[in-house]
Amino acid sequence: MRLSDRAKDVSDKNMSFAERIYLPAIATGLGVTIKHFFKKKVTIQYPEVQRPVSPNFRGLHVLKRDDEGRERCTACGLCALSCPAEAISMVAEERKKGEEHLYREEKYAAVYEINMLRCIFCGFCEEACPKQAIYLQSDKMAPAFYGREEVIYGKDRLLESKDKTRPTDGPKRRLTATDTYIDPIAVGYNRQLKK
Amino acid sequence: MELDILTVKSIIILLVFGISLGIATYSTWAERRLAAYLQDRQGPNRAGPLGLLQPIADAVKLFTKEEFIPASANKWLFIFGPSLAMLTALMSSAVIPFGSTLEIGDKFIPVQGIEVNIGVLYSFGIVSLGVYGIMIGGWASNNKFSLLGAVRAASQNISYELAMGLAIVAVLMMSGSLDLRKIVEDQHGGNWNVFYQPLGFIIFLTCAFAECNRTPFDLPESENELVGGYHTEYSSMKLGLFLFSEYVNMFVASAIVSVLYFGGYNYPGMDLVADHVPHNLATAIGIAVMFAKTFFFIFFFMWIRWTIPRFRYDQLMSLGWKSLIPLAIANIIVTGCVILLFN
Repeated sequence: MRLSDRAKDVSDKNMSFAERIYLPAIATGLGVTIKHFFKKKVTIQYPEVQRPVSPNFRGLHVLKRDDEGRERCTACGLCALSCPAEAISMVAEERKKGEEHLYREEKYAAVYEINMLRCIFCGFCEEACPKQAIYLQSDKMAPAFYGREEVIYGKDRLLESKDKTRPTDGPKRRLTATDTYIDPIAVGYNRQLKK
Repeated sequence: MELDILTVKSIIILLVFGISLGIATYSTWAERRLAAYLQDRQGPNRAGPLGLLQPIADAVKLFTKEEFIPASANKWLFIFGPSLAMLTALMSSAVIPFGSTLEIGDKFIPVQGIEVNIGVLYSFGIVSLGVYGIMIGGWASNNKFSLLGAVRAASQNISYELAMGLAIVAVLMMSGSLDLRKIVEDQHGGNWNVFYQPLGFIIFLTCAFAECNRTPFDLPESENELVGGYHTEYSSMKLGLFLFSEYVNMFVASAIVSVLYFGGYNYPGMDLVADHVPHNLATAIGIAVMFAKTFFFIFFFMWIRWTIPRFRYDQLMSLGWKSLIPLAIANIIVTGCVILLFN
Protein backbone atom coordinates (compact mmCIF):
# COMPACT_ATOMS: atom_id res chain seq x y z
CA MET A 1 0.00 0.00 0.00
CA ARG A 2 1.29 3.43 -0.85
CA LEU A 3 0.25 6.32 1.35
CA SER A 4 1.80 8.97 -0.85
CA ASP A 5 3.49 9.14 -4.22
CA ARG A 6 6.65 10.56 -2.66
CA ALA A 7 8.08 7.17 -1.72
CA LYS A 8 11.25 6.22 -3.59
CA ASP A 9 12.55 2.74 -4.16
CA VAL A 10 15.89 2.17 -2.50
CA SER A 11 18.49 0.48 -4.64
CA ASP A 12 22.09 -0.49 -4.02
CA LYS A 13 23.12 -0.52 -7.67
CA ASN A 14 26.57 0.80 -8.47
CA MET A 15 26.78 4.49 -9.19
CA SER A 16 27.16 5.52 -12.79
CA PHE A 17 30.25 7.42 -13.92
CA ALA A 18 28.39 10.74 -13.85
CA GLU A 19 27.27 10.05 -10.31
CA ARG A 20 30.72 8.98 -9.19
CA ILE A 21 32.51 12.09 -10.40
CA TYR A 22 29.98 14.10 -8.40
CA LEU A 23 30.26 17.18 -10.60
CA PRO A 24 26.83 16.99 -12.33
CA ALA A 25 25.21 16.68 -8.90
CA ILE A 26 27.13 19.76 -7.73
CA ALA A 27 25.96 21.69 -10.80
CA THR A 28 22.35 20.71 -10.06
CA GLY A 29 22.80 21.80 -6.47
CA LEU A 30 24.26 25.14 -7.53
CA GLY A 31 21.23 25.61 -9.78
CA VAL A 32 18.89 24.96 -6.86
CA THR A 33 20.63 27.42 -4.55
CA ILE A 34 20.89 30.20 -7.15
CA LYS A 35 17.18 29.85 -7.82
CA HIS A 36 16.61 30.68 -4.17
CA PHE A 37 18.83 33.75 -4.58
CA PHE A 38 16.21 35.34 -6.82
CA LYS A 39 13.19 34.16 -4.83
CA LYS A 40 11.08 36.54 -2.82
CA LYS A 41 12.42 36.77 0.72
CA VAL A 42 10.08 35.61 3.46
CA THR A 43 11.47 38.00 6.10
CA ILE A 44 9.10 40.68 7.36
CA GLN A 45 11.16 43.84 8.01
CA TYR A 46 9.58 44.26 11.42
CA PRO A 47 9.60 47.85 12.62
CA GLU A 48 8.90 49.20 9.12
CA VAL A 49 6.56 46.44 7.98
CA GLN A 50 4.17 44.77 10.38
CA ARG A 51 2.37 41.53 9.96
CA PRO A 52 -1.38 42.11 9.71
CA VAL A 53 -3.25 40.89 12.78
CA SER A 54 -6.78 39.59 13.11
CA PRO A 55 -9.48 42.21 13.91
CA ASN A 56 -10.16 40.40 17.16
CA PHE A 57 -6.49 40.12 18.11
CA ARG A 58 -6.00 40.57 21.85
CA GLY A 59 -3.27 43.15 22.36
CA LEU A 60 -2.54 45.79 24.95
CA HIS A 61 -5.39 46.75 27.31
CA VAL A 62 -7.16 50.09 27.37
CA LEU A 63 -9.62 51.50 29.94
CA LYS A 64 -12.45 53.03 27.95
CA ARG A 65 -14.45 56.22 28.49
CA ASP A 66 -18.10 56.65 27.56
CA ASP A 67 -19.53 59.09 25.00
CA GLU A 68 -19.34 61.99 27.45
CA GLY A 69 -15.73 61.24 28.29
CA ARG A 70 -16.41 59.68 31.70
CA GLU A 71 -14.55 56.63 32.92
CA ARG A 72 -16.69 53.55 32.51
CA CYS A 73 -15.00 51.42 35.15
CA THR A 74 -16.90 51.01 38.36
CA ALA A 75 -14.21 48.99 40.14
CA CYS A 76 -16.43 45.96 40.65
CA GLY A 77 -13.39 43.68 40.53
CA LEU A 78 -14.89 41.15 38.17
CA CYS A 79 -11.97 41.49 35.82
CA ALA A 80 -9.52 40.75 38.63
CA LEU A 81 -11.74 37.85 39.67
CA SER A 82 -11.84 36.37 36.22
CA CYS A 83 -8.17 36.86 35.52
CA PRO A 84 -6.52 33.41 35.41
CA ALA A 85 -3.06 34.94 35.66
CA GLU A 86 -3.96 37.16 38.60
CA ALA A 87 -2.53 40.17 36.87
CA ILE A 88 -5.12 42.82 37.75
CA SER A 89 -5.49 44.72 40.99
CA MET A 90 -7.41 47.88 41.75
CA VAL A 91 -8.43 50.30 44.51
CA ALA A 92 -12.05 51.41 44.56
CA GLU A 93 -13.19 54.83 45.66
CA GLU A 94 -16.55 56.53 46.01
CA ARG A 95 -17.46 59.29 43.57
CA LYS A 96 -17.74 62.65 45.32
CA LYS A 97 -20.15 65.41 44.48
CA GLY A 98 -18.99 67.38 41.48
CA GLU A 99 -17.15 64.43 39.96
CA GLU A 100 -20.09 63.24 37.88
CA HIS A 101 -18.42 64.46 34.70
CA LEU A 102 -15.38 62.28 35.47
CA TYR A 103 -16.86 58.94 36.49
CA ARG A 104 -20.03 57.42 35.11
CA GLU A 105 -20.78 55.21 38.11
CA GLU A 106 -20.94 56.06 41.79
CA LYS A 107 -17.85 53.99 42.47
CA TYR A 108 -14.70 54.13 40.42
CA ALA A 109 -11.18 52.71 40.31
CA ALA A 110 -8.78 55.18 41.85
CA VAL A 111 -5.93 52.80 41.09
CA TYR A 112 -6.06 50.21 38.36
CA GLU A 113 -3.01 48.12 37.64
CA ILE A 114 -2.22 45.33 35.23
CA ASN A 115 1.04 43.44 35.47
CA MET A 116 1.98 42.85 31.84
CA LEU A 117 4.44 40.10 32.75
CA ARG A 118 1.67 38.12 34.40
CA CYS A 119 -1.00 38.88 31.81
CA ILE A 120 -1.57 36.09 29.29
CA PHE A 121 -3.81 38.23 27.04
CA CYS A 122 -6.69 35.76 27.26
CA GLY A 123 -9.32 38.53 27.19
CA PHE A 124 -11.33 37.15 30.12
CA CYS A 125 -11.30 40.60 31.77
CA GLU A 126 -12.91 42.03 28.67
CA GLU A 127 -15.55 39.28 28.73
CA ALA A 128 -16.21 39.66 32.44
CA CYS A 129 -16.59 43.45 32.45
CA PRO A 130 -20.26 44.42 32.90
CA LYS A 131 -19.56 48.07 32.06
CA GLN A 132 -17.57 47.46 28.87
CA ALA A 133 -14.76 49.40 30.44
CA ILE A 134 -11.74 47.27 29.60
CA TYR A 135 -10.75 46.28 26.09
CA LEU A 136 -7.80 44.51 24.54
CA GLN A 137 -6.78 46.56 21.54
CA SER A 138 -6.36 44.69 18.29
CA ASP A 139 -3.83 47.11 16.82
CA LYS A 140 -1.37 47.59 19.65
CA MET A 141 0.82 45.00 21.30
CA ALA A 142 2.42 45.11 24.71
CA PRO A 143 5.97 46.33 24.15
CA ALA A 144 9.20 44.75 25.34
CA PHE A 145 10.38 46.00 28.72
CA TYR A 146 13.77 47.14 29.88
CA GLY A 147 13.03 47.08 33.60
CA ARG A 148 10.61 45.52 36.07
CA GLU A 149 9.20 48.89 37.13
CA GLU A 150 7.91 49.45 33.59
CA VAL A 151 6.00 46.19 33.61
CA ILE A 152 3.10 47.22 35.84
CA TYR A 153 0.72 49.43 33.88
CA GLY A 154 -1.23 51.94 35.99
CA LYS A 155 -4.10 54.14 34.95
CA ASP A 156 -1.60 56.61 33.53
CA ARG A 157 -0.84 54.16 30.75
CA LEU A 158 -4.12 52.28 30.51
CA LEU A 159 -6.78 54.97 30.52
CA GLU A 160 -7.99 56.40 27.25
CA SER A 161 -7.45 60.13 26.86
CA LYS A 162 -10.47 62.47 26.89
CA ASP A 163 -10.64 62.77 23.11
CA LYS A 164 -10.33 58.97 22.94
CA THR A 165 -6.95 59.11 21.24
CA ARG A 166 -3.77 57.79 22.72
CA PRO A 167 -1.49 58.42 24.61
CA THR A 168 -3.48 58.33 27.78
CA ASP A 169 -3.82 60.94 30.49
CA GLY A 170 -4.89 58.92 33.50
CA PRO A 171 -3.62 59.70 37.02
CA LYS A 172 -0.17 58.37 37.90
CA ARG A 173 -1.26 57.05 41.28
CA ARG A 174 0.02 53.58 42.13
CA LEU A 175 -0.87 51.02 44.77
CA THR A 176 0.65 51.88 48.12
CA ALA A 177 1.07 49.95 51.32
CA THR A 178 -1.99 51.58 52.88
CA ASP A 179 -4.37 50.87 50.01
CA THR A 180 -7.19 48.40 50.42
CA TYR A 181 -7.36 46.65 47.13
CA ILE A 182 -8.91 43.67 45.43
CA ASP A 183 -6.34 40.98 45.88
CA PRO A 184 -6.12 38.68 42.91
CA ILE A 185 -4.47 35.95 44.93
CA ALA A 186 -7.29 35.64 47.42
CA VAL A 187 -9.96 36.78 45.04
CA GLY A 188 -13.08 38.26 46.49
CA TYR A 189 -11.41 39.57 49.64
CA ASN A 190 -10.16 43.02 50.25
CA ARG A 191 -6.73 43.07 51.67
CA GLN A 192 -3.98 45.35 52.77
CA LEU A 193 -0.86 45.29 50.68
CA LYS A 194 1.81 43.53 52.70
CA LYS A 195 4.78 45.61 53.68
CA MET B 1 64.28 58.34 -11.86
CA GLU B 2 64.92 55.28 -9.72
CA LEU B 3 63.15 57.07 -6.89
CA ASP B 4 60.09 57.62 -9.07
CA ILE B 5 59.77 53.93 -9.81
CA LEU B 6 60.21 53.16 -6.11
CA THR B 7 57.48 55.67 -5.25
CA VAL B 8 55.05 54.24 -7.79
CA LYS B 9 55.93 50.71 -6.68
CA SER B 10 55.33 51.48 -3.02
CA ILE B 11 52.02 53.09 -3.92
CA ILE B 12 51.06 49.94 -5.85
CA ILE B 13 52.14 47.71 -2.96
CA LEU B 14 50.19 49.78 -0.45
CA LEU B 15 47.17 49.72 -2.76
CA VAL B 16 47.36 45.96 -3.19
CA PHE B 17 47.67 45.60 0.59
CA GLY B 18 44.74 47.92 1.24
CA ILE B 19 42.59 46.38 -1.46
CA SER B 20 43.24 42.86 -0.16
CA LEU B 21 42.15 43.96 3.30
CA GLY B 22 39.17 45.92 2.00
CA ILE B 23 37.93 43.08 -0.17
CA ALA B 24 38.36 40.60 2.67
CA THR B 25 36.43 42.95 4.99
CA TYR B 26 33.54 43.22 2.62
CA SER B 27 33.70 39.51 1.81
CA THR B 28 32.50 38.88 5.35
CA TRP B 29 29.51 41.10 4.67
CA ALA B 30 28.94 39.60 1.22
CA GLU B 31 29.17 36.10 2.65
CA ARG B 32 26.46 36.78 5.21
CA ARG B 33 24.21 38.57 2.78
CA LEU B 34 24.67 35.89 0.14
CA ALA B 35 24.09 33.11 2.64
CA ALA B 36 20.87 34.81 3.66
CA TYR B 37 19.75 35.33 0.07
CA LEU B 38 20.41 31.70 -0.81
CA GLN B 39 18.28 30.72 2.18
CA ASP B 40 15.39 33.13 1.39
CA ARG B 41 16.41 35.53 4.15
CA GLN B 42 17.63 39.13 4.18
CA GLY B 43 20.89 38.96 6.11
CA PRO B 44 22.46 41.87 8.00
CA ASN B 45 20.82 44.99 6.55
CA ARG B 46 20.50 47.26 9.57
CA ALA B 47 23.95 48.83 10.03
CA GLY B 48 24.07 51.54 7.40
CA PRO B 49 22.52 51.31 3.93
CA LEU B 50 22.20 47.63 2.90
CA GLY B 51 24.08 46.77 6.08
CA LEU B 52 27.32 48.06 4.58
CA LEU B 53 28.65 49.22 7.96
CA GLN B 54 28.26 45.70 9.40
CA PRO B 55 31.97 44.75 8.95
CA ILE B 56 32.96 47.89 10.86
CA ALA B 57 30.54 47.03 13.65
CA ASP B 58 31.97 43.49 13.71
CA ALA B 59 35.51 44.85 13.88
CA VAL B 60 34.60 47.17 16.77
CA LYS B 61 32.99 44.24 18.55
CA LEU B 62 36.00 41.98 18.05
CA PHE B 63 38.48 44.66 19.15
CA THR B 64 36.57 45.50 22.31
CA LYS B 65 35.96 41.93 23.44
CA GLU B 66 37.96 40.42 26.27
CA GLU B 67 41.44 39.33 25.25
CA PHE B 68 41.43 35.84 26.73
CA ILE B 69 44.38 33.47 26.84
CA PRO B 70 43.79 30.08 28.52
CA ALA B 71 45.98 29.45 31.56
CA SER B 72 47.37 26.21 30.14
CA ALA B 73 48.11 27.68 26.73
CA ASN B 74 51.55 28.61 25.51
CA LYS B 75 51.13 32.36 25.56
CA TRP B 76 53.61 33.37 22.86
CA LEU B 77 52.67 30.66 20.40
CA PHE B 78 49.01 31.40 21.11
CA ILE B 79 49.54 34.98 19.91
CA PHE B 80 51.94 33.94 17.14
CA GLY B 81 49.47 31.53 15.48
CA PRO B 82 46.85 34.04 14.26
CA SER B 83 49.56 36.60 13.50
CA LEU B 84 51.30 34.15 11.20
CA ALA B 85 48.02 33.15 9.56
CA MET B 86 47.27 36.80 8.78
CA LEU B 87 50.85 37.60 7.72
CA THR B 88 51.09 34.79 5.19
CA ALA B 89 47.61 35.51 3.87
CA LEU B 90 48.56 39.13 3.14
CA MET B 91 52.01 38.32 1.73
CA SER B 92 50.79 36.07 -1.05
CA SER B 93 48.98 38.82 -2.95
CA ALA B 94 52.28 40.64 -3.59
CA VAL B 95 53.17 38.81 -6.81
CA ILE B 96 49.75 38.78 -8.45
CA PRO B 97 49.69 40.85 -11.66
CA PHE B 98 46.53 42.90 -11.32
CA GLY B 99 46.97 44.75 -14.58
CA SER B 100 49.18 45.45 -17.56
CA THR B 101 51.54 48.45 -17.38
CA LEU B 102 51.03 52.05 -16.36
CA GLU B 103 52.72 54.71 -18.53
CA ILE B 104 54.29 57.28 -16.23
CA GLY B 105 56.60 59.75 -17.95
CA ASP B 106 58.56 57.63 -20.43
CA LYS B 107 58.46 54.51 -18.27
CA PHE B 108 56.07 51.57 -18.27
CA ILE B 109 55.51 50.29 -14.77
CA PRO B 110 53.70 46.97 -14.33
CA VAL B 111 50.70 46.93 -11.97
CA GLN B 112 52.08 44.26 -9.66
CA GLY B 113 53.51 44.34 -6.16
CA ILE B 114 56.81 42.66 -6.92
CA GLU B 115 57.81 41.38 -10.32
CA VAL B 116 59.63 38.10 -9.90
CA ASN B 117 60.23 35.30 -12.37
CA ILE B 118 59.23 32.70 -9.78
CA GLY B 119 55.82 34.19 -8.96
CA VAL B 120 54.06 30.83 -8.92
CA LEU B 121 56.61 29.29 -6.57
CA TYR B 122 56.55 32.35 -4.30
CA SER B 123 52.80 32.45 -3.89
CA PHE B 124 52.47 28.71 -3.29
CA GLY B 125 55.39 28.78 -0.88
CA ILE B 126 53.67 31.49 1.11
CA VAL B 127 50.24 29.83 0.94
CA SER B 128 51.70 26.58 2.25
CA LEU B 129 53.24 28.52 5.15
CA GLY B 130 49.71 29.59 6.07
CA VAL B 131 48.98 26.21 7.60
CA TYR B 132 51.68 26.85 10.22
CA GLY B 133 49.54 29.63 11.63
CA ILE B 134 46.69 27.17 12.10
CA MET B 135 49.01 24.42 13.38
CA ILE B 136 50.69 26.69 15.93
CA GLY B 137 47.39 28.21 17.03
CA GLY B 138 45.79 24.81 17.47
CA TRP B 139 48.81 23.38 19.29
CA ALA B 140 49.32 26.35 21.58
CA SER B 141 45.67 26.28 22.71
CA ASN B 142 46.35 23.06 24.65
CA ASN B 143 42.87 21.81 23.84
CA LYS B 144 42.06 18.48 22.24
CA PHE B 145 39.57 19.93 19.78
CA SER B 146 41.99 22.66 18.72
CA LEU B 147 44.73 20.09 18.24
CA LEU B 148 42.45 17.83 16.20
CA GLY B 149 41.48 20.76 14.01
CA ALA B 150 45.10 21.75 13.55
CA VAL B 151 46.16 18.20 12.66
CA ARG B 152 43.31 17.99 10.19
CA ALA B 153 44.33 21.31 8.63
CA ALA B 154 47.92 20.17 8.28
CA SER B 155 47.18 16.82 6.69
CA GLN B 156 44.49 18.29 4.46
CA ASN B 157 46.74 21.08 3.20
CA ILE B 158 49.63 18.71 2.52
CA SER B 159 47.34 16.31 0.63
CA TYR B 160 45.79 18.96 -1.53
CA GLU B 161 48.97 20.95 -2.16
CA LEU B 162 50.29 17.93 -4.07
CA ALA B 163 47.34 17.79 -6.44
CA MET B 164 47.34 21.58 -6.72
CA GLY B 165 51.02 21.70 -7.63
CA LEU B 166 50.56 18.91 -10.19
CA ALA B 167 47.61 20.76 -11.73
CA ILE B 168 49.74 23.88 -12.14
CA VAL B 169 52.61 21.91 -13.69
CA ALA B 170 50.45 21.45 -16.79
CA VAL B 171 49.93 25.23 -17.01
CA LEU B 172 53.64 25.83 -16.51
CA MET B 173 54.43 23.35 -19.29
CA MET B 174 52.25 25.43 -21.62
CA SER B 175 53.73 28.80 -20.69
CA GLY B 176 57.27 27.58 -20.07
CA SER B 177 57.70 30.09 -17.26
CA LEU B 178 57.07 30.48 -13.54
CA ASP B 179 56.45 34.19 -14.02
CA LEU B 180 52.78 34.95 -13.35
CA ARG B 181 52.96 37.96 -15.70
CA LYS B 182 54.29 35.76 -18.51
CA ILE B 183 51.49 33.26 -17.87
CA VAL B 184 48.94 36.08 -18.14
CA GLU B 185 50.51 37.55 -21.29
CA ASP B 186 50.30 34.09 -22.93
CA GLN B 187 46.51 34.17 -22.50
CA HIS B 188 46.16 37.33 -24.59
CA GLY B 189 42.60 38.23 -25.59
CA GLY B 190 40.21 35.35 -25.06
CA ASN B 191 42.93 32.70 -25.37
CA TRP B 192 42.48 31.53 -21.81
CA ASN B 193 44.13 28.50 -20.23
CA VAL B 194 40.82 27.12 -19.02
CA PHE B 195 39.96 26.14 -22.62
CA TYR B 196 43.14 24.04 -22.82
CA GLN B 197 43.16 22.83 -19.23
CA PRO B 198 39.54 22.25 -18.15
CA LEU B 199 40.49 19.24 -16.03
CA GLY B 200 43.46 21.09 -14.54
CA PHE B 201 41.15 23.98 -13.69
CA ILE B 202 38.66 21.76 -11.88
CA ILE B 203 41.45 20.07 -9.93
CA PHE B 204 43.02 23.41 -9.08
CA LEU B 205 39.71 24.90 -7.97
CA THR B 206 38.90 21.89 -5.78
CA CYS B 207 42.31 22.11 -4.17
CA ALA B 208 41.91 25.87 -3.69
CA PHE B 209 38.76 25.16 -1.68
CA ALA B 210 40.70 22.72 0.47
CA GLU B 211 43.68 25.08 0.88
CA CYS B 212 41.42 27.92 2.04
CA ASN B 213 39.61 25.56 4.47
CA ARG B 214 36.33 26.45 2.83
CA THR B 215 33.25 24.27 2.68
CA PRO B 216 32.98 21.47 1.56
CA PHE B 217 36.49 20.98 2.98
CA ASP B 218 36.26 23.05 6.17
CA LEU B 219 37.07 20.09 8.38
CA PRO B 220 39.69 21.94 10.49
CA GLU B 221 36.93 24.07 11.99
CA SER B 222 33.92 21.79 11.52
CA GLU B 223 31.82 23.20 14.31
CA ASN B 224 29.55 20.22 14.82
CA GLU B 225 32.45 17.85 15.41
CA LEU B 226 35.23 19.95 16.90
CA VAL B 227 33.45 22.85 18.67
CA GLY B 228 35.37 25.46 16.67
CA GLY B 229 38.33 23.40 15.46
CA TYR B 230 41.69 25.12 15.67
CA HIS B 231 40.22 28.41 16.92
CA THR B 232 38.10 26.92 19.74
CA GLU B 233 40.08 28.74 22.45
CA TYR B 234 40.39 32.01 20.59
CA SER B 235 38.42 35.14 21.26
CA SER B 236 38.43 38.84 20.40
CA MET B 237 40.65 40.04 17.55
CA LYS B 238 42.89 36.96 17.61
CA LEU B 239 39.84 34.98 16.53
CA GLY B 240 39.10 37.84 14.14
CA LEU B 241 42.55 37.46 12.55
CA PHE B 242 42.00 33.73 11.98
CA LEU B 243 38.61 34.28 10.39
CA PHE B 244 39.84 37.31 8.47
CA SER B 245 42.88 35.50 7.08
CA GLU B 246 40.48 32.93 5.64
CA TYR B 247 38.81 35.69 3.64
CA VAL B 248 42.13 37.17 2.53
CA ASN B 249 43.16 33.68 1.42
CA MET B 250 39.91 33.37 -0.47
CA PHE B 251 40.60 36.64 -2.29
CA VAL B 252 44.15 35.55 -3.15
CA ALA B 253 42.97 32.13 -4.31
CA SER B 254 40.31 33.75 -6.50
CA ALA B 255 42.88 36.13 -7.98
CA ILE B 256 45.30 33.25 -8.68
CA VAL B 257 42.57 31.17 -10.33
CA SER B 258 41.73 34.17 -12.55
CA VAL B 259 45.41 34.68 -13.40
CA LEU B 260 46.27 31.05 -14.09
CA TYR B 261 43.13 29.91 -15.93
CA PHE B 262 40.96 32.90 -16.84
CA GLY B 263 43.47 35.22 -18.46
CA GLY B 264 43.91 37.69 -15.58
CA TYR B 265 43.49 41.16 -17.06
CA ASN B 266 42.94 39.84 -20.60
CA TYR B 267 39.52 39.94 -22.19
CA PRO B 268 38.20 39.37 -25.71
CA GLY B 269 38.44 42.52 -27.79
CA MET B 270 41.22 44.06 -25.72
CA ASP B 271 43.31 44.89 -28.81
CA LEU B 272 40.42 46.86 -30.27
CA VAL B 273 40.09 48.79 -27.01
CA ALA B 274 43.84 49.36 -26.80
CA ASP B 275 43.86 50.90 -30.28
CA HIS B 276 41.23 53.47 -29.43
CA VAL B 277 41.91 54.59 -25.86
CA PRO B 278 45.05 55.85 -24.08
CA HIS B 279 47.38 53.20 -22.69
CA ASN B 280 46.64 53.95 -19.04
CA LEU B 281 42.87 53.77 -19.58
CA ALA B 282 43.21 50.41 -21.36
CA THR B 283 45.22 49.19 -18.35
CA ALA B 284 42.52 50.45 -16.00
CA ILE B 285 39.87 48.52 -17.95
CA GLY B 286 42.11 45.45 -17.72
CA ILE B 287 42.39 45.89 -13.94
CA ALA B 288 38.60 46.19 -13.72
CA VAL B 289 38.25 42.97 -15.73
CA MET B 290 40.73 41.24 -13.44
CA PHE B 291 38.76 42.31 -10.37
CA ALA B 292 35.47 41.28 -11.98
CA LYS B 293 36.88 37.78 -12.49
CA THR B 294 38.22 37.71 -8.94
CA PHE B 295 34.86 38.81 -7.53
CA PHE B 296 33.13 36.12 -9.53
CA PHE B 297 35.35 33.47 -7.98
CA ILE B 298 34.83 34.90 -4.49
CA PHE B 299 31.11 34.68 -5.21
CA PHE B 300 31.62 31.13 -6.45
CA PHE B 301 33.46 30.20 -3.23
CA MET B 302 30.47 31.42 -1.23
CA TRP B 303 27.94 29.90 -3.60
CA ILE B 304 29.61 26.49 -3.17
CA ARG B 305 29.74 26.95 0.59
CA TRP B 306 25.96 27.29 0.82
CA THR B 307 25.31 24.44 -1.61
CA ILE B 308 27.52 21.48 -0.73
CA PRO B 309 27.64 19.88 2.70
CA ARG B 310 30.94 19.10 4.37
CA PHE B 311 32.90 15.99 3.34
CA ARG B 312 33.65 13.20 5.76
CA TYR B 313 37.34 13.12 6.61
CA ASP B 314 38.06 9.77 4.90
CA GLN B 315 36.16 10.98 1.81
CA LEU B 316 38.31 14.09 1.78
CA MET B 317 41.49 12.04 1.93
CA SER B 318 40.39 9.51 -0.67
CA LEU B 319 39.28 12.31 -3.01
CA GLY B 320 42.65 14.01 -2.67
CA TRP B 321 44.93 10.98 -2.93
CA LYS B 322 42.94 8.53 -5.02
CA SER B 323 41.22 10.86 -7.47
CA LEU B 324 42.79 14.28 -7.77
CA ILE B 325 46.48 13.29 -7.76
CA PRO B 326 46.13 10.51 -10.40
CA LEU B 327 43.95 12.80 -12.50
CA ALA B 328 46.49 15.62 -12.22
CA ILE B 329 49.30 13.27 -13.27
CA ALA B 330 47.23 12.05 -16.22
CA ASN B 331 46.60 15.68 -17.11
CA ILE B 332 50.35 16.38 -17.13
CA ILE B 333 51.02 13.38 -19.35
CA VAL B 334 48.29 14.32 -21.84
CA THR B 335 49.45 17.95 -21.90
CA GLY B 336 53.03 16.82 -22.47
CA CYS B 337 52.04 14.53 -25.33
CA VAL B 338 49.98 17.27 -27.01
CA ILE B 339 52.82 19.79 -26.70
CA LEU B 340 55.28 17.28 -28.17
CA LEU B 341 52.96 16.34 -31.04
CA PHE B 342 51.90 19.82 -32.12
CA ASN B 343 55.01 21.91 -31.54
